[in-house]
Amino acid sequence: MSFTRHALAAAALAATVAAPAALAQGQPPLKVGLMLPATGTFAALGTAIENGFKQHVAEQGGKLGGREIQYFKVDDESDPAKATDNVNKLIKRDNVDVIVGTVHSGVALAMARAVKESKTMLIVPNAGADAITGPLCAPNIIRSSFSNWQPGYATGVMAAQKGYKKAMTITWNYAAGLETVKGFTEAFEKGGGKVTKDLNLPFPGVEFQALLTEIAAQKPDVVFAFFAGGGAVKFVKDYDAAGLKKSIPLMGSGFLTDGTLDAQGASAQGLLTSLHYADGLNTPRDNAFRNKYAVTYKMQPDVYAVQGYDAAQILAGGLSAVKGDFGKREAMVAAMRKMTVDSPRGKYTLSAAHNPVQDFYVREAKGRENVMTGVAVKVLPDPARGCKM
Amino acid sequence: MDLATFLIQCLNSLQYGLLLFLVASGLTLIFGIMGVINLAHGSFYMIGAYMAYALAPVVASTFGGGFFATLFVGLVLAVVLGYVLEWAFFSFLYEREHLQQVLMTYGLILVFEELRSLIVGDDVYGVQPPDWLAGTIPLGEVMTYPVYRLFISGVCLALAAGMWAVFTRTRLGMMIRAGSTNREMVQSLGIDIKFLYRVVFAAGVAIAVLAGMVAAPVSSVYPGMGNQVLIICFVVVVIGGIGSIRGALLAALLIGVVDTFGKVVFPQAAGVLVYVLMALILLWKPDGLFKAG
Repeated sequence: MSFTRHALAAAALAATVAAPAALAQGQPPLKVGLMLPATGTFAALGTAIENGFKQHVAEQGGKLGGREIQYFKVDDESDPAKATDNVNKLIKRDNVDVIVGTVHSGVALAMARAVKESKTMLIVPNAGADAITGPLCAPNIIRSSFSNWQPGYATGVMAAQKGYKKAMTITWNYAAGLETVKGFTEAFEKGGGKVTKDLNLPFPGVEFQALLTEIAAQKPDVVFAFFAGGGAVKFVKDYDAAGLKKSIPLMGSGFLTDGTLDAQGASAQGLLTSLHYADGLNTPRDNAFRNKYAVTYKMQPDVYAVQGYDAAQILAGGLSAVKGDFGKREAMVAAMRKMTVDSPRGKYTLSAAHNPVQDFYVREAKGRENVMTGVAVKVLPDPARGCKM
Repeated sequence: MDLATFLIQCLNSLQYGLLLFLVASGLTLIFGIMGVINLAHGSFYMIGAYMAYALAPVVASTFGGGFFATLFVGLVLAVVLGYVLEWAFFSFLYEREHLQQVLMTYGLILVFEELRSLIVGDDVYGVQPPDWLAGTIPLGEVMTYPVYRLFISGVCLALAAGMWAVFTRTRLGMMIRAGSTNREMVQSLGIDIKFLYRVVFAAGVAIAVLAGMVAAPVSSVYPGMGNQVLIICFVVVVIGGIGSIRGALLAALLIGVVDTFGKVVFPQAAGVLVYVLMALILLWKPDGLFKAG
């Protein structure tokens, strides 16, 4: 008899302790749709984001908030024209709970519009388009990266602090470039400087010659550039080749030298940029992340890997708060808003518009690394203009 | 804008215009003489640029040659490519309507893009000019001008002069001109018009490929570059007058000036200025600056 009683008591105890876990156990796997570029110019960035996301899931024993994760993948090809079709494959065909994507701002804008209707949860692990946490902001849209305005603004603060008075900007004539330049101008002019001319050329053109001639003629104190990938390599080399590097300092958002230093070689050495991640942060958190990443994927992590890793962290934070019950969406989003993300880039929180409120580092290009040499702006929130939530 | 800046921007305009002429001249040649609208012409330019990137290491390891050896090998391959394409596809298009030509050549664009993706991938590549052309020459106080761009202008000018000489001063040029106005007549004189067309087509392809190879160090090498250049080339052909080499040269130089100074003086409108120019010229001269004849 006493055996039965003990057994019952033990069973009851076990049941109370294990109840949340049991609830989570009983639930089907959480369906996560990864909509990232797998081909094209941004393929490597898509891989880094996916690697980062999966690294965090692996660290949690393959589960987030007690839920198994089931992946669905779509290659978005960084093609805005195909974005709506692609995102609907995940929403309507695969019926996913959460979508993680993407790199290209134009594609991400289409994704944001689609999930606004379907209410599917969207975590944006890179695309910086201001509108995503601006006019398009929504309770089910969260960004683990940055808004284009942010790194531009941080670089503007840096340039003003250096005492430069007259700046020229140069970028591609598309959303990411123009929004970054806007951020730079805002901070630089607030700091007492003046942007005398904005130069731009069509994306992804790289015929800089006429514009470099104009820069040489106007002799500003500093030039702010936004380019990424192959265009960034070409610009930094052409800037040097035109003899401008010696006479007019060049600054940029971190994308000017991220993942491009190898190809830029000597031309990039000493360039100052600003971004929410850098090499040589040398915090225990970042070192642990980098070591594990290097061992798992046999390559060094970059800012994209960190953003993917954080996308998983934010999802995990929200899910744990509701014990894996994805039905409690409001409580889950409230928990995400309140959480402090323990990112390799440094701790940060999410703004009311769901954009990271984070530190921006001063980075100097040394060898093959963008080494952190200081902080440009601490806890910089995105102004989230136009967000009604 | 001071004088030194103005002069350098003129050099920039000239260099861009001449390069544009080089690509567009092949298009206007094929259009003007054979009456074929060749949308795939931009692809030849792209093939040239990718050749400059992918062929250089192969040429260097097989023949031990550098930049000019690569140019030479690329030109030979381009002539072969042009000859084969004319035989396999374009020779069937002369008698067809423009719509069918457009469909066929658009198909070729898709094929070339896929092949490019399969062979070299979708990355953006940089190409280095040869060391002895890599420097700059000083102009004024802070200004410099890249030697390689002078080289591009030189190559383009030489080719333009060569084309002019062939067309106006040789028997071959005479036959080609005659063939474009009256195919049957030329044929009945015992001239192999089919072979003649094939030669002209191969030359058009070779010129576009050469332009791509020479431009690669200043334009980079990227997917879709052929289509970008194709659009602007059609603008050149339309402004210049269909089939007129002289018109193409003038139009390309005009576009060079408008694009270069537009980028600097009206940066916000730079993208549309060329099309505004086209609209104005077509209002004034609906057939373009020069009509072929």
